[in-house]
Amino acid sequence: MSAPTTTTGISDEVRDLANQEYRYGFVTDLDTDVAPRGLDEDIIRLISTKKNEPGWLLEWRLQAYRHWVTLAEPTWQHVAYGPVDYQDIIYYAAPKPKKKLASMDEVDPELREMFDKLGISLGEQERLSGVAVDAIVDSVSVATTFKEKLADVGVIFCSFSEAVQNHPDLVRKYLGSVVPYKDNFFACLNAAVFTDGSFCYIPKGVRCPMELSTYFRINAADTGQFERTLIVAEEGSYVSYLEGCTAPVRDKNQLHAAVVELVALDDAQIKYSTVQNWYPGDADGNGGVYNFVTKRGLAAGRNAKISWTQVETGSAITWKYPGVILKGDNSVGEFYSVALTARRQQADTGSKMVHIGKNTKSTIISKAISAGHGQNTYRGLVGIRHSAVGARNFTQCDSLLIGKDCGAHTFPYVEVKNPTGQVEHEASTSKIGEEQLLYCRQRGIPEEEAVSMIVNGFCREVFKMLPMEFAVEAQKLLNVSLEGSVG
Amino acid sequence: MTIATAARGVLSKLETCRGDRNDGHDRDPAWLADARLAALAWVGEHGFPTRKDEDWKYTGLDPILAVPFEAAAAGTGRWVSAEMIDTAAVDLGGPRLVFVNGHFAAELSRLTGLPAGAEVTNLAAVLAARPQRLEPFFSHTPGEHHAFAAFNDVLAEDGAFIHLTPGTSVDEPIQLVFFSDTGGFPLMSSPRSVIVAEAGSRATIVETYAGTFGDVYCTNAVTEAVLGDDAQIEHYKVQDEPLTAFHLALLDVRQGRNSRFSSRSVMLGSSIARHEVRVLLEDVGAEVSLDGVYLPQGDQLHDNTIFVDHAATGCTSHQLYKGVLDGGGHGVFNGHIMVRPGADGTDANQKNKNLILSDRAEVDTRPRLEIYTDDVKCTHGAAVGQLDEEALLYLRARAIPLEAARGLLIYAFVHEMVDRIELEPLRAQLETLVAGRFTHGDDQVKP
Repeated sequence: MSAPTTTTGISDEVRDLANQEYRYGFVTDLDTDVAPRGLDEDIIRLISTKKNEPGWLLEWRLQAYRHWVTLAEPTWQHVAYGPVDYQDIIYYAAPKPKKKLASMDEVDPELREMFDKLGISLGEQERLSGVAVDAIVDSVSVATTFKEKLADVGVIFCSFSEAVQNHPDLVRKYLGSVVPYKDNFFACLNAAVFTDGSFCYIPKGVRCPMELSTYFRINAADTGQFERTLIVAEEGSYVSYLEGCTAPVRDKNQLHAAVVELVALDDAQIKYSTVQNWYPGDADGNGGVYNFVTKRGLAAGRNAKISWTQVETGSAITWKYPGVILKGDNSVGEFYSVALTARRQQADTGSKMVHIGKNTKSTIISKAISAGHGQNTYRGLVGIRHSAVGARNFTQCDSLLIGKDCGAHTFPYVEVKNPTGQVEHEASTSKIGEEQLLYCRQRGIPEEEAVSMIVNGFCREVFKMLPMEFAVEAQKLLNVSLEGSVG
Repeated sequence: MTIATAARGVLSKLETCRGDRNDGHDRDPAWLADARLAALAWVGEHGFPTRKDEDWKYTGLDPILAVPFEAAAAGTGRWVSAEMIDTAAVDLGGPRLVFVNGHFAAELSRLTGLPAGAEVTNLAAVLAARPQRLEPFFSHTPGEHHAFAAFNDVLAEDGAFIHLTPGTSVDEPIQLVFFSDTGGFPLMSSPRSVIVAEAGSRATIVETYAGTFGDVYCTNAVTEAVLGDDAQIEHYKVQDEPLTAFHLALLDVRQGRNSRFSSRSVMLGSSIARHEVRVLLEDVGAEVSLDGVYLPQGDQLHDNTIFVDHAATGCTSHQLYKGVLDGGGHGVFNGHIMVRPGADGTDANQKNKNLILSDRAEVDTRPRLEIYTDDVKCTHGAAVGQLDEEALLYLRARAIPLEAARGLLIYAFVHEMVDRIELEPLRAQLETLVAGRFTHGDDQVKP
């Protein structure tokens, strides 16, 4: 096949893109308290005991475990990976308990250094942006700030374990109410073994005074991470929650099976943003995080609104479909996503919007970028149930291909059972515009910068939905991913 | 009755049936007998698709599997008259092959007006005279597509056989009429048609499926078309089986360099109908255009499943499917475009539009793109909506009664498709059929 010059340029750049080093790869040594490998009811009892959990929670975990052993790992997703040995995973690892911290100065210097390397200094964040940071290393929260400020308005923002201790009624009421343990294989595993996560409760009529942010890190070797996040927004409240992730380089694949549940009652709004940049594996596809996440929001009340925004550039395998169940009349669901797969990354991601209430509205905007040997699949479901009179959905999925060996796939499912429903789905797939590249280069813009510009323009619709702090970080991340593309 | 037991029932009946036939006629050459047995074994092993199969997610087969069908033998339905055929399918004036319960009815057919390079006959005749010509069409892996296609391998005895030698051009449309009349016993007919269009040949082929009102039967048809370089085939399919019938069909197409294939499908009848089209664009510059309209009402289910496989560079594919769902009608669009590694310069698009008129109707649409190279231009779109309220108001303000106004707007929606039919008599017949369909409405939504 003859290749015009520009094409040659692109393939060089793709090779570089595929080979670029993972910037955030390093390992921090923290003493960890580690459970033996493998999973059985005793391990679950151990987790529960370690966390001093009430009986009902242990019972729930055990029910989930007993159900999980009857399930088979799903195979319908458009990704390929070696078998996961669920008995070769350490299900509990916690940094040794240190004395309670009152200020940033007391945070483990090693941990702070780790965040500094990521360019997301806790102290910096706290001072400059006024963001409360609940940093999670492995499975236990070690630093929580701004708690008092939030407590003043009645917002509860703490680690999941603390919530279990201090607000058991709330946890019991909402845990599993959006993602029941029977939901799917990975959610079920999570229900059995989750060790920590975040809990957030916004009382009636309160507008959360700051963006809530949590940084997840996978740290100890071979430690699966099973986070569980639960956010409840009471009537008329508002919260914007930010989640960002990076992980150190490891040779062995790391499994991450998280569950996020959001509940928005009447007139409440939840905005959930994610930047995910876990270790994607090396150029040959060795290592990298398996990111099998169940994220779902329940727009339970009238006029409730749940909005998901995600920028996914990391992980070897991504399996993730943040969705909204639009139960309340006039409720709104949104999904904005940028997913980049390079090297040998594979992503099967998209959204699920289930319209049940009257006049419910949903929007899905998905931008996928494939480079190197990356395989990017959009899989989405829009369901208009019989009861959803006047429901509306608009879906747009665009894919950008950079290089001969990558793939972009679009698998939407549209199911309409109400004659007043209106659903529109549009998708396009094309390669990065050679004319656009040429135009930029003619004007003296180096190819690498031009590619980055075009890609950023392609994603603009999604970036503008991110909270400002994240929008900057996300653009930086995308640029980093495209860095070194021209030799 | 579970699918498994039903399948077993059908299978054992078929085995008996096959045994009888072989004892009586023993006309299958060894390769064909082997292929049939292999296909039968495949069905026995894999069973019928269930809703857990991605490609059958929205189409439940229980109603079909619950009926104890018998394979339709040659000679059934002898009382079918020329008038019945003319009513079912408007005579296009050219060559016409009529099949009753899947078997060729010579007395109802007309094979005149064909140029020298065109061989138009029935499959059973070829099977009797020169069976080896059919070997390539039965030599695929058993169960390559699904259980029903395999079932056709097992049972197919007759159908159309069209062979165009290089450069042959057939001006008159070749009409294939598949008519079913069971005489009261649930029958399964399995017509198998083969179209071989060699380099530079050209023809128009019209398939019509119909049957006697009230008869319970299942048509399980397979049509295979192979287009050589620069060949052009224009294909039409009208499915107007009675509401008591089931219709399962596979149109399997392979296209050579710069060949052009188009297929327009109109789905009107059947209780459950599935029309599957598979197109393999094997060589450079091939072009395919598929469109269809489906109008399920009552308790009808109309399923359009399409797979277009871009395996060569510079190929083009277009799909446009439109559905109007009324009553308890259920429409399914399941379109899949595959672009293989190296299939650069691919231009593919896919569109599905649905008009949903009743609160009992359902539509499930699943346009899919699977792309493994970067030099492509692919789009797809799906939409589900209602009649435009403003347009309705406009018409009513001009004293057009509500029902008539609705009928007009629905007709306008469908007309785009009917209008693409270039055969005048066929278009006229379909216009009447389609228009007649939307002039009444018991359970329609009142605006």
